[in-house]
Amino acid sequence: MKIHQLSVFIENRPGHLSPPIKALAAAGINIATLSLADTKQFGILRIVTRQWEKAKQVLENAGLVVSVTEVLAIEAPDRPGGLADVLTVVEAAGVGVDYLYAFAEQPGGKAVLVFRFDDSDRAIDALTAAGVNVLRSVEVYGDGD
Amino acid sequence: MKRPSDNGGPDFMPRQQLDALQSRRLCAVVRRAYENVALYRQRMDNAGVNAERFRGAEQIASLPFTVKADLRDSYPFGLFARPMRDVVRLHASSGTTGKPIVVAYTKRDVEVWAEVVARALASFGLHAGDVIQNSYGYGLFTGGLGLHYGAEALGATVIPASGGNTDRQIMVMRDFGVSAICCTPSYFLHLMERANELGVDWKSLRLRAGIFGAEPWTEAMRQWIQQTSGIRAYDIYGLSEIIGPGVGAECREQEGLHIFEDHFYPEIIDPVTGRPLPDGEEGELVLTTLSKEAMPMIRYRTRDVTTIYAEPCPCGRTIRKIRRILRRSDDMFIIRGVNVFPSQIETALLAVDRTLPHYQIVLTREKGLDQIEIRIEVTAEMFSDRVSAMENLQSRIAAQIERTLGIRAAVSLVEPHTIQRSEGKAKRVIDQREM
Repeated sequence: MKIHQLSVFIENRPGHLSPPIKALAAAGINIATLSLADTKQFGILRIVTRQWEKAKQVLENAGLVVSVTEVLAIEAPDRPGGLADVLTVVEAAGVGVDYLYAFAEQPGGKAVLVFRFDDSDRAIDALTAAGVNVLRSVEVYGDGD
Repeated sequence: MKRPSDNGGPDFMPRQQLDALQSRRLCAVVRRAYENVALYRQRMDNAGVNAERFRGAEQIASLPFTVKADLRDSYPFGLFARPMRDVVRLHASSGTTGKPIVVAYTKRDVEVWAEVVARALASFGLHAGDVIQNSYGYGLFTGGLGLHYGAEALGATVIPASGGNTDRQIMVMRDFGVSAICCTPSYFLHLMERANELGVDWKSLRLRAGIFGAEPWTEAMRQWIQQTSGIRAYDIYGLSEIIGPGVGAECREQEGLHIFEDHFYPEIIDPVTGRPLPDGEEGELVLTTLSKEAMPMIRYRTRDVTTIYAEPCPCGRTIRKIRRILRRSDDMFIIRGVNVFPSQIETALLAVDRTLPHYQIVLTREKGLDQIEIRIEVTAEMFSDRVSAMENLQSRIAAQIERTLGIRAAVSLVEPHTIQRSEGKAKRVIDQREM
């Protein structure tokens, strides 16, 4: 159920976002989704891709510092209140959200969100019990990849 | 003590007389050091030096050197040649981790100190009619009290302004009719910036001289200060280990600093071999105190790189000059008047996470104030997916640096392999300050 997300350290200066992205492109790796958290001086680029082990190698060969974090991909109805309902479940279970971001539009009226929780296992239990669909990795990446 | 002037007194002593005086005093200090300080006794015994039969300056190269580590290792009072009840003043050096360097003065030492500083001020053309604002820090640092006692001995009106509170410094400068100011050159730049913001008209001030020291500054900076403010900018040299400010000073020629040779014996040595070099050749400055009682220094290696002028000075002083000091033979640098060794930064970094990352120190100057940035390469071990954890790491490093050095540093996390590696000694410090 847990997805392997890659985190890459980059300096917050012009030209520093391209190298990791271009390295992945050159290696033929398709990014499923990503987000970029920024501070004044540096940023953390977070990437979800099916070929995460290869991607990690490619980025490290490019001289970057990469870490792997387990995150959850959660399905929510793509309508107002979709996210709010998910948050109600996790808050009730006392689980904290470290960060979250979304996949691009999915067919079938469902949105897919990536969450890092401070306690993944507890989050999985609470969400599953509430009938929220926590995607397995195969579903995240889809058939086409 | 007769008030020093700019055209008489010991600065102008005939050279033969000065040489004889130096030799006499050298013999006395060698004996004093041998009899009273274990370190000197051991070192001289090991070197086969007979303190009783020491002949004078011609034999000085037979004496062993003293280095900064000797002062650290003898903390606090291991190099004192007199009992504590004879010591009337203690000072300590700034900005070190753990143990500072402690220096001591008898009543006579304090008088000699005041005399040499007064002679320095006289050589800048100052006199009893001057109103002198002393903006060097008062306290353990030798700059404040050193200039203070010297200016008083000169007979001038002294304002013990100490450091900081720039707006008030400017108010004092303007309202008290200050004619000379003593501070670090970078602080003066800062003061000038602020004075311009406040719309101060430099021409309306009585200020005619600046006495700048405690950090290296270039001829270019002097010209800029003189042209912009209209005052004369003079260089004063010293180090706590020897006495404090007042080891040497420019004269009105502003071309090299006269060393007060009746109290401090200068030598230039090859920093690698330790061989003495003749006047006119560049090397490391070594100083021996000729009259200090509480804590004599025998052939102290200053790590400052300079030359002793072979030619006499037009001012007529017979005491020799050294070229202004712009660099050191080690990697120490000075920021906001604080001496910093890269090794101290290393100690601080190690204290944070028990590992030493690749780092670089970048020094810049903004609006006259020195800024220090520490760049640290992020490693896999250091890296966390949480932004807060990374920011927390930055803060912890900054806090440790501030705790160690007493100054705030900006901490930047950089990608791996962005800091240049080099064979041999890494270039740790990038000094972008235009001096």
